[in-house]
Amino acid sequence: MRADSWAPYGVELHSRFLLGTAGYPSPQMLADSITASGAQVITVGLKRTMSAAGDNGFIEIIRGAMRERGARLLPNTAGCRTAREAVTLAHMARELYGTHWIKLEVVGDEHTLQPDPWGTVEAAAQLVQDGFAVFPYCTDDLVTCQRLLDAGCQVLMPWGAPIGSGQGLLNPAALRTLRARLPGVALVVDAGIGAPSHAAQAMELGFDAVLLNSAVSQAVDPVRMARAFSLAIDAGRSAHRAGVMAPQDMAVASTPVTGHPFLIG
Amino acid sequence: MLTFNDLTLPCADGLTLATLLDNQGLDSAAVATALNGEFVPREQRAATLLRDGDTVLTFQAIVGG
Repeated sequence: MRADSWAPYGVELHSRFLLGTAGYPSPQMLADSITASGAQVITVGLKRTMSAAGDNGFIEIIRGAMRERGARLLPNTAGCRTAREAVTLAHMARELYGTHWIKLEVVGDEHTLQPDPWGTVEAAAQLVQDGFAVFPYCTDDLVTCQRLLDAGCQVLMPWGAPIGSGQGLLNPAALRTLRARLPGVALVVDAGIGAPSHAAQAMELGFDAVLLNSAVSQAVDPVRMARAFSLAIDAGRSAHRAGVMAPQDMAVASTPVTGHPFLIG
Repeated sequence: MLTFNDLTLPCADGLTLATLLDNQGLDSAAVATALNGEFVPREQRAATLLRDGDTVLTFQAIVGG
């Protein structure tokens, strides 16, 4: 494996940026943002077909990114409220997109879109049994994460803040605890990231990767923002590897002066 | 009658899921199907008979986060 790659479900990836594809002003803007991000994993969804439906070319752009850049698709189960719905939608996604990777979302609250831990664990266990590689969107609750691992998940994707809120990491202490208690597990912060500094913070905490969508697609200049996130994620990762200094309660002089410069005796 | 996405359609005797998709002009490779909330794999559509009161939903690829 190349230096500093990671390997969710045994697939070696050099980029630690997973990018969502929703909400871009145009298909071309999406294509350019994917390129600028360097992302090797891009998320997609499914929706009910309605009589006058169309995707205005976005899906072709995504399939083009797969062909040209070797990007992998990570379909989601957005909109599901029960384990049964999520399992059904996951099977559909596998057939439509030809991948057994699934971003599992079972939402328990309409206002915060907070994941339902029980439904998520139940669906994860079934999907693992059905041969899926499950990337569960979950809260930062340690015990829920442990149950997801027990269910057979090899990757966990705790939220930083509610989806699309752009609030950043609301509970860094909980995320730090996850990292400390689950040292060998691939951890991805998913949701709530608004600025590149938030992504850098997640990486400095030792997370393996970051998944985001709105922070890029809703930027004034999505392509430039995709690049900014890519740089921030790399910077945060480098900082983690370099070892961020421990904070101190009091000042610690950095310049090695001898006593007081103008006080003799 | 059966429900097909946002439409109500007659359900002829012997109508299969594959024929329904064909009649509705859908590219069968571009959609995934569910009958009464259960996933029906592509290879089983031709053998899946529809009945009065059934609900057929199709799903297509879209952007997502």
